[in-house]
Amino acid sequence: MNLRPDPTFHATPKLAMQAPVENYAFTVMLSPDGTQSDGIAVIDLDTKSETYGQIVHQVIVPHKGDEFHHFGWNACSSSLSPLTGHAFLERRYLIVPGIRSSRIYIIDVKEPLKAKIHKIIEPEEVFEKTGYSRPHTIHCGPEGIYVSTLGGGGPDGTDGPPGIFIMDCQTFDIIGRYEMDRGKQDKHYDFWWNLPQDYMVSSEWGLPPQFENGIVPDDLLSNKYGHSIHFWDLRARKNIQTMDFGDQYQMALEIRPAHDPSKSYGFCGVVVDTTNLQGAIFTWWRDDDGKWQSKKTITIDPVPADPDDLPDLLKGFGAVPPLVTDIDLSLDDRFLYVACWGLGEMHQYDVSDPMNPKLTGKVEIGGIVKDTKHPNGKDFAFGPQMVEISRDGKRVYWTNSLYSSWDDQFYPNDEGGQMVMAHVGENGGLTLDKDFYIEFPKGLRAHQIRLEGGDCSTDSFCYPSV
Amino acid sequence: MQDMISVTALWWAVIVSGLYHGLNPGMGWPLAVSAALMERRIGALPKALAALAFGHFLAMTAILLPFSLMTVLVAWEREIRLGAGLLVIALGVYLLINRRHPRFLARVKPSRLALWSFLAAMAHGAGLMLVPIYLGICKLEELDAGHQAAGALMAGNLVTAFVVATAHTLAMTIAGGVIAAVIYFWLGLKFLSSTWFNLDIVWALSLILVGVFGVYSAL
Repeated sequence: MNLRPDPTFHATPKLAMQAPVENYAFTVMLSPDGTQSDGIAVIDLDTKSETYGQIVHQVIVPHKGDEFHHFGWNACSSSLSPLTGHAFLERRYLIVPGIRSSRIYIIDVKEPLKAKIHKIIEPEEVFEKTGYSRPHTIHCGPEGIYVSTLGGGGPDGTDGPPGIFIMDCQTFDIIGRYEMDRGKQDKHYDFWWNLPQDYMVSSEWGLPPQFENGIVPDDLLSNKYGHSIHFWDLRARKNIQTMDFGDQYQMALEIRPAHDPSKSYGFCGVVVDTTNLQGAIFTWWRDDDGKWQSKKTITIDPVPADPDDLPDLLKGFGAVPPLVTDIDLSLDDRFLYVACWGLGEMHQYDVSDPMNPKLTGKVEIGGIVKDTKHPNGKDFAFGPQMVEISRDGKRVYWTNSLYSSWDDQFYPNDEGGQMVMAHVGENGGLTLDKDFYIEFPKGLRAHQIRLEGGDCSTDSFCYPSV
Repeated sequence: MQDMISVTALWWAVIVSGLYHGLNPGMGWPLAVSAALMERRIGALPKALAALAFGHFLAMTAILLPFSLMTVLVAWEREIRLGAGLLVIALGVYLLINRRHPRFLARVKPSRLALWSFLAAMAHGAGLMLVPIYLGICKLEELDAGHQAAGALMAGNLVTAFVVATAHTLAMTIAGGVIAAVIYFWLGLKFLSSTWFNLDIVWALSLILVGVFGVYSAL
């Protein structure tokens, strides 16, 4: 407990943008075949440092086969809400779940160069106390740390629906399930919320048998992956509305609400429209009657390709789908970044008018067919995937691996973990930094990135930027 | 020993504790700033303050009223004051040892400020903090008035309980209102985090201090 709120807690998104910039990034390193232990790479981002742009420390965990994916902080700017009374927590621990093992590591990063494991929560504890498995998204909120899961009980995670559970934000004990009334929700992926307006939104990927051993083409073509998002009364823990985008909008993944809590809208990325292979972004909002609405506001077309250049999975289609697998919104709610993992493109849209996004920047790197090199001439395996934006909105970082078994299906002859960075122009535009290129240790791939002091997909704010 | 403490001093204690509660962000003034910013109109600020004040007032009366009824047991007056003092000390010690925040407060909807304020005040013993001061006032007033019938005594103490709760809540609302308005109009939300101090230990010690005073004055 501090005597003052942690200096990285900010009342408003605007204050967070004005705060000192990030000095470190923490990036997931995963062993795709489980032959090595997974870990967290600590990357030096201090431009004045001699080791700028290098991995300066690694936290390697004792087990193998965890498959790290997403992770988050024990505390963020949401602690400044007097409603919850957590103002004096430290932003100090990363909560890192293994989505294959269901094991959760609590990593102490108070001193980034000496980051170490603080606690390990064994899978049995997760199963026993929640009946869920395969923990995924982490957000710190009113009742503690909220963790979404992708699986229910049983060996293949299909015994009961997956959901969210809550952990104590000080002891990291698992408290139990979040949901009191889940309504139609039977799959899970991401979730986020608006704390003062007291709503949460959750999304759907698929059940464990639909992703653990690779994408199941028959399930995709028969539209069996998730295509709905769910709106919750956050504190009542109740599903108040399920919104079905339509069967063909397969895999509604990342939920990105506007950061300014006086706004009642946000975005959701859809991986693929099975009728035309497009990628899509939906804008969702609350109308004057309090009902949630949504509209498809961005579509990204597939690109025709010679079947010889395509993996077996896509040969029959003769085209590369964009595969929108991550989106991220800058803290001023102005730019939405969209990772097109199949095409090998990172798009930047001006979403100042959330109903009329405008493409303002694009970077080509990697990709199934294009396989564009980095400006430094080196290879970029797979395509742009997990994207994270600096708080000030000037730098955009991303890595390249989607999920071990899916990488191998879409990019059967590719291997490697890379993290790159692009600069954002004054009025948009995106340019790769020629000198920022991090090659991960051999045999390890890279996934989600967290920035020291918070970033654009971790912090929830309790006060509007006025 | 009673001479050392005047009624005026005790009334000041009621006011000062109100100012103290009001300045503590944990008692809710940031919510009034947030309400005005969320609704984009200044009118929401006093409205939120009023809801917070109402909840706080209810918490004060919920604690003080049972004690005002007990003052009718004149023969047990000393024991009641001793017991109340010890209870307040015990809560202070508990809050000193158990530094964890009540999780049920996080389940209250942000729109229900009065309920939240009531529960926050109850959970932190804000009402109990007033009890020894209140009982001290009752005792001194009783000495002033000479021996009265039990009914009249109780009626008088009931009125005192309401006046204590009202004066305390008013002081709290003024303190919270001033700081909320200063942040809203001049300083901005940057000062929210820079002026927020961890009062947990000070708060627990305040309870112990008031409890010790209660015990001491009863002896």
